[in-house]
Amino acid sequence: MYEKNISEDRKKYLRKIKKNKALVILTQISIVILFIVGWEILANQGIIDSFITSQPSRIFDTFLNLSSNDLLMHLGVTLTETLIGFVTGVFLGVFIAILLWWSKFLAKVAEPFLVILNSLPKVALGPVIIVWVGAGMGAIITMGLAISLIVTILEILNGFLNTDKELIKMAKTFNATKLQILTKIVIPANISTFFNSLKVNIGLSLVGVITGEFLVSKAGLRLPNCLWRSSI
Amino acid sequence: MKKVLELQNVSKKYQAKNGEVDALKSISFSVEEGEFVSIIGPSGCGKSTLLSIIAGLEPKTDGQIKITTPIGYMLQKDSLLEWRNIYDNVMFGLEISRKKTKESEEYVTNLLKKYGLYDFKDKYPNQLSGGMRQRAALIRTLAINPKILLLDEAFSALDYQTRIMVTNDIYKILKNENITALIVTHDISEAISMSDRVVVLTKRPATVKTIHSIDFEMESRNPINCRESPKFSKYFDTIWKELDVHV
Repeated sequence: MYEKNISEDRKKYLRKIKKNKALVILTQISIVILFIVGWEILANQGIIDSFITSQPSRIFDTFLNLSSNDLLMHLGVTLTETLIGFVTGVFLGVFIAILLWWSKFLAKVAEPFLVILNSLPKVALGPVIIVWVGAGMGAIITMGLAISLIVTILEILNGFLNTDKELIKMAKTFNATKLQILTKIVIPANISTFFNSLKVNIGLSLVGVITGEFLVSKAGLRLPNCLWRSSI
Repeated sequence: MKKVLELQNVSKKYQAKNGEVDALKSISFSVEEGEFVSIIGPSGCGKSTLLSIIAGLEPKTDGQIKITTPIGYMLQKDSLLEWRNIYDNVMFGLEISRKKTKESEEYVTNLLKKYGLYDFKDKYPNQLSGGMRQRAALIRTLAINPKILLLDEAFSALDYQTRIMVTNDIYKILKNENITALIVTHDISEAISMSDRVVVLTKRPATVKTIHSIDFEMESRNPINCRESPKFSKYFDTIWKELDVHV
């Protein structure tokens, strides 16, 4: 916006938006601080058993001793695995969703398989994945991928198919090709679908990777295990 | 006058799982250069289908369509893309047909200036009023330089007052740019006020019932002042009876 002379009302409005945003962030930070402080106090008072729940000060100490337990290395490994799983999941998911949007025939053929694959407990596939890919990073990433991929495909395809038909018809009145409809209408109209799917996906990839690490890992966070053990 | 659009025995059958539906049955009429023709008929009779067929968006089952000049198409909704500003929206058609050149950009800029949207070219569609959005949609269509414009219930999404004004507005723009118009509407007064001829269709399967020539014998006629003519209500009555509406 390049408005030259901003009115008093406009200034007031802009200030209100800024204030609102600051308030949201402030509240979020307060919740985190309150949670940590509350946890620490409850553990110190012996109201909760710190043997089971640990406590913030001990976790902090453990972090300071990163070199003694290689936490940093483990963190790096898990992060790398998650990122590789996440990025592959998103790209592959979007690519397959585009294919299925492009060909109604393919989508119809794929539908029952997608539903079955989606309801399959992927964690149970763990041992099979180890046999196929070998016990190592590959198996862990595959696990992460297995958990996030199908959901990505389903979510993005659903967004694509629900694009406003009027917009597509409008593009067709200008003789748009299918590729143009995809790139100029369907994809931009689904930006929010993409972001929603990214949010869900990063979490799912992490779940997949941690599960994978439980099964095979030589290195990595195995968050519950590693952090808990080293902090008590 | 030369004919720019001619339909001969155009028919359309829909195939559905539970049978065949006859939508249009041997429709014939023609449109001359510079003429405004309205198509009116009971709801669900296939008026919009007919336009889609003329525009080539849907295949016809039978018959012939002769078009001698490029066509533009305006839909009921303005379908402006919310993620593009007005300028990029009106350039959409040119972008799609890869005709975005210096000259065409200049032409569009001129249209925006001429029709009062230039100051809004950096705004987004949700910052514009319904009438302005419709005008932006019209400029998007005019940008590709059509000689015939197909309007499919193009004003029915607007409220009554806006609609009268927009109809008048767009009528003037089209006359000004010397464009032929084929208008589909369910609104009898809109059809009479805008057109030189009104084609009345029967209910499904649609056939041409009658074609009325509308002549108010007025100079500088427009969709608003012609409503005051005594002939207006006569035309209205005749067409109303022909439409034979039962509830």
